[in-house]
Amino acid sequence: MSSQAHTATVATSTGIPHAKLGMWTFLASEVMLFGGLISSYVILRSGSPTMVIPPRTMMGVPLATLNTFVLISSSVTMVLALAAMKANELDKYMRYLAMTFGGGVIFLMIKAYEYNHKWHEGITISSNLFGSFYFTLTGLHALHVIGGMGIMAYLMWAGAKGHQSPTNYDRVEAGGLYWHFVDLVWVILFPILYLV
Amino acid sequence: MSESHAHAGEHGHAQPLSFWWKYVFSVDHKVIGIQYMITSFLFLLLGFAMMLLMRYQLATPQPGENFDPEHLGMVRGLIAWLFGEERMPYGFMAPEFYNQLGAMHGTIMIFLGVVPLGVAAFGNFVLPLQIGAEDMAFPRLNMASYWVYFVGGVVMLSSFLAPGGAAQSGWTSYAPLSVTAPPGQTIWLIAMVLIITSSLFGAINFIVTTLNLRAKGMSLGRMPVFCWAQFVTAVLLLLAFPVLEAGAILQLLDRVAGTSFFIPKDMIYGATVFPRAGGGNPLLWQHLFWFLAHPEVYVLLLPAFGIVSEIIATNTRKPLFGYKELVGSIVFIGVLSFVVWAHHMFLSGMRTSLANLFVTTTLIISVPSVAVLTCLLLSLRGARIRFTVPMLFALAFLPMFGIGGLTGLPLGFAPTDLHLHDTFYVIGHFHYVVAPGSLVALIGATYHWFPKMFGRKMNDTLGKIHFWGTVIPMNLIFFPMLIQGMWGMQRRLADPTLQWHNLPVQGWSTVILVGSVVMMAFQIPFLFNFFWSIWNGEKVGENPWEATTLEWACPSPPPHGNFAAPPEVHRGPYEYSVPGHQVDYWPQDEAA
Repeated sequence: MSSQAHTATVATSTGIPHAKLGMWTFLASEVMLFGGLISSYVILRSGSPTMVIPPRTMMGVPLATLNTFVLISSSVTMVLALAAMKANELDKYMRYLAMTFGGGVIFLMIKAYEYNHKWHEGITISSNLFGSFYFTLTGLHALHVIGGMGIMAYLMWAGAKGHQSPTNYDRVEAGGLYWHFVDLVWVILFPILYLV
Repeated sequence: MSESHAHAGEHGHAQPLSFWWKYVFSVDHKVIGIQYMITSFLFLLLGFAMMLLMRYQLATPQPGENFDPEHLGMVRGLIAWLFGEERMPYGFMAPEFYNQLGAMHGTIMIFLGVVPLGVAAFGNFVLPLQIGAEDMAFPRLNMASYWVYFVGGVVMLSSFLAPGGAAQSGWTSYAPLSVTAPPGQTIWLIAMVLIITSSLFGAINFIVTTLNLRAKGMSLGRMPVFCWAQFVTAVLLLLAFPVLEAGAILQLLDRVAGTSFFIPKDMIYGATVFPRAGGGNPLLWQHLFWFLAHPEVYVLLLPAFGIVSEIIATNTRKPLFGYKELVGSIVFIGVLSFVVWAHHMFLSGMRTSLANLFVTTTLIISVPSVAVLTCLLLSLRGARIRFTVPMLFALAFLPMFGIGGLTGLPLGFAPTDLHLHDTFYVIGHFHYVVAPGSLVALIGATYHWFPKMFGRKMNDTLGKIHFWGTVIPMNLIFFPMLIQGMWGMQRRLADPTLQWHNLPVQGWSTVILVGSVVMMAFQIPFLFNFFWSIWNGEKVGENPWEATTLEWACPSPPPHGNFAAPPEVHRGPYEYSVPGHQVDYWPQDEAA
């Protein structure tokens, strides 16, 4: 197991650290997972005779726009956290990671409010096909946000315990890749669920 | 070479590990590979046993004239007693139980048997050795992959205990029947998500390992065909399985959360309207399922291509014919396997123009498959073949897979497929690909790499008995299915004699039953040979087959960390009988 803790120092055939290549590979499969679900949505939305789309006012576009902004901002702080780690500035690294984590918290709180609101308006997971897709897609995305917050928490823990240094910045980079991907999924979900 | 191996034991973990950490919760790719191998053998036997029960039912679907419910006879009485009144009344199978066994046989054989054996067991054990790596890129993820698979398998089996029994909608779980099925189907879906997660872990690990952990000099063009096959397989698993996961999530929600992704509006179920919002489409499930399940066919097959290539190169003592063509074909199959899936759905009312597209891609994909087979056949030309036990299995693979591939062509054409769809012809076809094809190659691989795994050889005589006792009955099992299918006998029927047109070919079911029982009996010498040889087989050195690839350059069995010093690769993988070289093999790591 000792060989795994210092993956950054291991020379690899491609020159890309294991963590980064592994994360890209994982994200490729995630693309197919969300791709499968989003394609199903697109196909039924264009093909099903009974797909009722709620009016935009019911969807709460302003709140969702705010949420998009929150998530994109947290991606920016993630980039800054990685830069801080590369520059060996641990305090800044911890601060930016905390902000990223906070972005996730705010996103989920707004999401929870939205869920509650929609449920009371009668858009539920079983009310109609749109509701089913809305809660399935955003729910799976929210699970990914929670997973990403887990990664942030781990990276902060590693920073606090002194396990994090520029020599193994590659795992911060891998965690960041994941966070940007989760962000990107939302950027696709937002227009196809709220705007069109 | 051998002096340096004296230090191998000091490499990697110096402190001795307890039994649990060494053999159960191991992070060593070799131990995990063997764990996978033994577990998948158990699942294969279980799936085979289920099939024996079903074949017994199909051979005698109705009580005969002399049937006496008081005296069932030994076999029937035992079966009736074992499975109880509800599943096997008087030793005849209830249709629901037949459906459960059918669904579980397919699921177990594919997802818990052949794929784990071909990909996870041999891939894990051999791939890192062949590229000259210490271990996989993510050893702990590797261990997690095994345990998630194991738990998934246990959950899958536990579904037999659910009210209404195990999943009974076939291994394909077509909606909407699967949505309305008893709770066993929910357990099937949960188990599938676990199995998918496990193979995802494995796929990431294999891809990163192959790309990142190659020894010095091991360029992609010098990788053995087996590594290429495993790499392409991992890419298929990585990209195809998540789509089934998406489908499984949707089906799970359809079952537990009241959604209607696969439920059409106002669906009539049990003489009433199914209480759902509706608006979904059952065909969507078929697309999501087959988007995985066709690449999955190549997941079953590509490792077999790799294995047979290795065995043939070793035992013909000459370079493989067309290394580049083999690798190119395997990569091309991998790419193309993503655009053929709808040939499973010609009967679904698909538009003709769309069907034509999938007919075309399906026929194109047969070209690289034939190319692989041709390269392997031409590799035999003019060779002084060593007829070792693994070589017998590799040689049997070629014609058996050939039958499997050629019988697929009528299914690839939409017009003929309409007649053959869902008949025993389909069963015969894909079993020829998977059982006499892949599984025969995988058994060959067991004999081939056994010396590396345990430092001892399996017994040759028992191996030859096992070979003939497996390959001949296999054809008795699967060839009659092709005949029955052409007569129109449908799959998934507990009693085909209820349909008049099946009666003329019903007799073949007895032949199939006899073949199955004989084949099961001939697995006993194999199992005995396997476990007996672990402790009592003939001891061998590091390179008993005089092969060239890197796995034969470390001790048998390799210690944790594999190589004493990082190996350096100087040449391609199949340098056999090189003119001017003193012996007829030239290992990849031997300095010039």
